Amino acid sequence: MADCEPLRHGRRVVIGIGNADRGADGVGRWATRLLRASVPEDVRVIECPGEATDVLEHLQAADVAYLVDAAVSGAPVGTIRRFDCVAGALPQNALQVSTHGFGPGEAIELARALGRLPRACVVYAIEADSVDAGEGLSAALQRAAEQVAARVAAELSAEQP
Amino acid sequence: MTTKTIKVGYLARVEGEGSLKLVIRDGAVQSAELRIFEAPRFFEALLRGRAFSEAPDITARICGICPAAYQMSAVHALEDAFGITVPEPIRALRRLLYCGEWLESHSLHVFMLHAPDFLGYDSAIEMARDHGHVVERGLTLKKIGNEVMTLLGGREVHPINVRVGGFYKVPARSELAALAGRLETAREIAADTVRWAGGLDFPDCERDYEFVALRSAATEYPHNEGRLVSSKGLNIETRDYDEHFEELHVARSTALYSRRIGGGVYLVGPMARYSLNSDRLSANAAGAAREAGLGAQCRNPYRSIVVRAVEMLHACDEALEIIGGYVPPEEPSVHVEPRAGTGYGCTEAPRGILYHRYRIDDAGNIVDARIVPPTSQNQGSIEEDLKTFIGAALDLPEAALRSRCEQTVRNYDPCISCATHFLKLEIDRG
Repeated sequence: MADCEPLRHGRRVVIGIGNADRGADGVGRWATRLLRASVPEDVRVIECPGEATDVLEHLQAADVAYLVDAAVSGAPVGTIRRFDCVAGALPQNALQVSTHGFGPGEAIELARALGRLPRACVVYAIEADSVDAGEGLSAALQRAAEQVAARVAAELSAEQP
Repeated sequence: MTTKTIKVGYLARVEGEGSLKLVIRDGAVQSAELRIFEAPRFFEALLRGRAFSEAPDITARICGICPAAYQMSAVHALEDAFGITVPEPIRALRRLLYCGEWLESHSLHVFMLHAPDFLGYDSAIEMARDHGHVVERGLTLKKIGNEVMTLLGGREVHPINVRVGGFYKVPARSELAALAGRLETAREIAADTVRWAGGLDFPDCERDYEFVALRSAATEYPHNEGRLVSSKGLNIETRDYDEHFEELHVARSTALYSRRIGGGVYLVGPMARYSLNSDRLSANAAGAAREAGLGAQCRNPYRSIVVRAVEMLHACDEALEIIGGYVPPEEPSVHVEPRAGTGYGCTEAPRGILYHRYRIDDAGNIVDARIVPPTSQNQGSIEEDLKTFIGAALDLPEAALRSRCEQTVRNYDPCISCATHFLKLEIDRG
């Protein structure tokens, strides 16, 4: 899948994580689709299911990384939380539990342990509701995806590449 | 009477959500129950009424770690129903796809899930801080496995290029040649991994398993073909599977238990494959296995990490051999003319034999389907291991005992094994 090929030249990356066929689980991917057309040219926008070694590979190739994923922490649906991963470890329930318990959260911590964390690494976690099979987001999650897309685009624009 | 109950409360998701309960009486394990409570996903019912051509893509969705195995069992079963034999280049490409999946799956388990047990860490993340080079090896092998899957399957997870009769598109020689250099790298890493794994400390435990695996008439280590054989004399065609194996519902599990009809529990997976086919390994892998301390058979489940490493080395050798001799087929697939009938397929998923059976009507639609995955077949054997081996570890401190219980489950690389990292262990001392 071309979207999941690792970053080779660009050093800034936005990674939308999840399964677009499982409702809210795909909210991270929806958010990245919204900003794909508006990010600076040097930024690579990627969608991935979230398998840890794939995410790790993308992180290792980047200087600046933004990850957008669904979360289930008990907060109201659509709540947006921003985590600066360079400043500290992700809270345990920051992101969805992933297949084999080895997902994007583990990828970030593995990158940290291996000294491969990008110099800037930010996670946007969007509180999800249903992860039942099927496409589409609730209105609350659509709004959240739009807000996250705008916030990531603004951060990228404000930052020197 | 002294009673101790060990409860592992939540084995969490993936192929099974479950828990573990051990009851210990007077210094011996009285019972071991692996409780699987994940809701059934009804894939077999979902397949009913669907066109035969949809089976490979639908069944691939059963597992994100071994989707190609589901596709391979599906296409072989359906080709059996339609009386189709694919030409050698397609057969070889299917073996190559399987080599990629074994690399992906085994590297994830060996380095990320199992190695921390042996090196004394709770997770691969903690292990990476002190043993970064070990984790790096695993990541590289996984990546190269992904590259094989991407080239042949169209993408690294849930491949989309497999069809009944062959592939939608086959690679050019130049595309495979480009992969060869990567597989040479993987082979070196896999050889190092066998040496490293052979030097780990293993509990001195063996059990008289009934190993069940495929064994091919050709001189190949099994992937897609062969008769079903066991270490206790079974030797049957795949189509006779239902006459020799049965599935049972037990109250503690939503996953059906398997057992030999008239027999007991049995073991599938790398240790069974190796023990029934070690004479079919590449010379390179066979030599590495001997140097790592493996005999012709392996009955110590804790040494399964060595067996998986040997299988990764073999997969690299076999992949390179296939690439070296590859001549693209004239067509990416053979013509498929569906007909009413029943077809049977069994292939060697990373975790062991995966059986599919389909009944097809005149229009080529699926009337019924049966799928028996390796993890469900190994449930009984996991419980037997816990009963047999944990008794000798009861004097360990609680944390070490918990770790040994989890490791004993993880020896099988069941899809639930990862979740044991999240377990809360309760010990009720009677």
